[in-house]
Amino acid sequence: MDLLIRGGRVIDPGHCDGVADLYIKDGKIAGLTHGEGSEAPPAGCRVVDAAGMVVTPGLIDLHVHFREPGHEYKETIASGCRAAAAGGFTAVCTMPNTVPVNDCGQITEFVLAQARQAAAARVYPVAAVSPGLRGEGLTEFAELKQCGAVAFSDDGRPIVSSLLMRRALEYARGFGLPVISHCEDPDLSDGGAMNEGAVATRLGLSGIPNAAESVMAMRDIALSELTGGALHIAHVSTAQAVQVIRQAKARGLRVTAETAPHYFALTDEAVQEYDTNTKMYPPLRTQADSDAIREGLADGTLDAIASDHAPHSSIEKMVEFDQAANGIIGLETSLSLALTLVHERVISMARLVELMATGPARILGRDYGLQTGMAADVTVFKPDLEYTIDVEQFVSLSRNCPFNGWPVKGRAVMTIVGGRVVYELTTT
Amino acid sequence: MRNKNILDMASLSPGEIKQILETAVRMKEISRRAIKKVPTLRGKTVVHFFYEPSTRTKSSFDIAAKRLSADSMSFSKATSSVVKGETLLDTIQNIEAMQPDIIVIRHSSAGAPHMLAKMCQARVINAGDGMHAHPTQALLDMMTVREKKGRLQGLKLLIVGDIAHSRVARSNIIGFQKMGATVMLAGPPTMMPMGIEALGAKVVDHLDEAIPEADIIMMLRVQKERQQRFLMPSEREYANVYGLNLKRLQKAKRDVLIMHPGPMNRGVEIAPEVADGPYSVILDQVTNGVAVRMALLYLVLGGK
Repeated sequence: MDLLIRGGRVIDPGHCDGVADLYIKDGKIAGLTHGEGSEAPPAGCRVVDAAGMVVTPGLIDLHVHFREPGHEYKETIASGCRAAAAGGFTAVCTMPNTVPVNDCGQITEFVLAQARQAAAARVYPVAAVSPGLRGEGLTEFAELKQCGAVAFSDDGRPIVSSLLMRRALEYARGFGLPVISHCEDPDLSDGGAMNEGAVATRLGLSGIPNAAESVMAMRDIALSELTGGALHIAHVSTAQAVQVIRQAKARGLRVTAETAPHYFALTDEAVQEYDTNTKMYPPLRTQADSDAIREGLADGTLDAIASDHAPHSSIEKMVEFDQAANGIIGLETSLSLALTLVHERVISMARLVELMATGPARILGRDYGLQTGMAADVTVFKPDLEYTIDVEQFVSLSRNCPFNGWPVKGRAVMTIVGGRVVYELTTT
Repeated sequence: MRNKNILDMASLSPGEIKQILETAVRMKEISRRAIKKVPTLRGKTVVHFFYEPSTRTKSSFDIAAKRLSADSMSFSKATSSVVKGETLLDTIQNIEAMQPDIIVIRHSSAGAPHMLAKMCQARVINAGDGMHAHPTQALLDMMTVREKKGRLQGLKLLIVGDIAHSRVARSNIIGFQKMGATVMLAGPPTMMPMGIEALGAKVVDHLDEAIPEADIIMMLRVQKERQQRFLMPSEREYANVYGLNLKRLQKAKRDVLIMHPGPMNRGVEIAPEVADGPYSVILDQVTNGVAVRMALLYLVLGGK
């Protein structure tokens, strides 16, 4: 069915920011009309009243973990795609650390087939850099790309070998795809359970220093400079990494970076009660780091907000803190948490759209927006809608979220993929 | 203190610490009797759950429970279903289903007793969790100092060694300061945890400068395995720079107390002549451990 989204604030960074009507026909953007009293909608067209809402190119989450194949009890591709849609995302990049690992064309095709069946958010699979994420060689980038991979990453496992990282950046350059780096020196992490510092010391948990992230960020930037390969740094958590990325960009290097909402919404003080839903890699850092992340989001050093949605069940989380699995889910809270930055005037609404929609698209090398003829991937959200985060309402199969009970403002009310409404908020 | 869990020193008030230490003095008297048993906790069940090896703490709790006539049983990781892959949560729920009054837990993971306390009807006493806390050790250390010095207020405690990996250090830093003492820390910088000053302790650069100031010197066990993580070059060098020997001791106050939570590495962090010498109260610590644990078992079940 064709759609006319009427009277919303349409934001397409660089092209449009103002009240307009967005017309969607045959799965594509058919036009934007500004001003009052536009013509009567064409027959058979659904009219959506978007007064007080923001209408943007569909949000893209560059970093999610769906657990299929392998750990479907945590999240399937279908449940993940529905959770994404419920969070306002029209597309997600799935990380390859499934069981088996997405390190060959068949797995990539399987992921895409499952996603097609789910018919919710789109899936852009990220394939592994090395077979089995073992860090011992390169996967077949050409075949993986042909099967639908959009980037390469050993996410979850750092690429310890500098030579392998160099070759991955070089080889990927030939296919025009980025390498996404999980920046961690595992030797420096040394089995740590949380951020190193006063809180870890008080709690008696072993710490992971900021340098575990920043030394690898520095190395990978140097290798990107050496090879000319596109480097995307995942889940930036430290002030030092923000700083080196800022410098790299100033020097014109092909470096982009993302952070996750928990790195600006929480600090390591949240670990206080040994809540395993505050355990993730990289760990929650200090207020100074959180401030630097906010600054990086505002000044353009960081290009994207990605959730690092990492579903785990009680089996992995209802255990001793140091034994618990890393990661939290984020698809259904990401937009609300990012909107707090807008409400707090850290970033503008247009910048939020860059960070969550057009920025991620640019990293993936896509033309993206609300211009006529483009695929109609659109998110409509209500920035002032107040509600309380309730994990029991989540579409995701998992509940590992530290934001349960948080009062927040703003959430997605409609998610449109290829002109089709894949999510609509029914209870407001 | 009825219904209180003993999880760490941070959650005990100075008033509660004082009450525990005073009760422990009364309890110590029981251990000096010909018949070392009172009926106070008859009909109460105490479970000692040790996920980590322990001789001193485990036997101390066991003796404490028996002297108060509680029924006690203990099991360790090796003799429990943990080796069959049972989770802590399930193990605890099963123990809890047998309706014990107190669960004493030693666990290698920081925070495990806190997790337990949240889901248990029984009172939980932390007998050491990872690098986090060892409140009963801190209490017995404070009892020993109080016994020898008559006070804690105004004293200077110097803790020496691997502060980073020591739950004993953390609990004593918090506990002694709550009772008005000051705490100095010495040790290799590799073993000094980041942000430890936030707990109020003062880190000193040179052991020899701190020794003359200290009223109490507490030596921590240094583990040989630490060499693998590059924390120290050798036991020999450690002993030379951070070990307490007779020569170093000469600079100490005349009435200094030498403590060690055990087990000791003789010749590494502490010379045998110091451990066995006149300033050492190491075995008094062990004796007082029973009294402190009797006091805690008694108090958490509502004793006054």
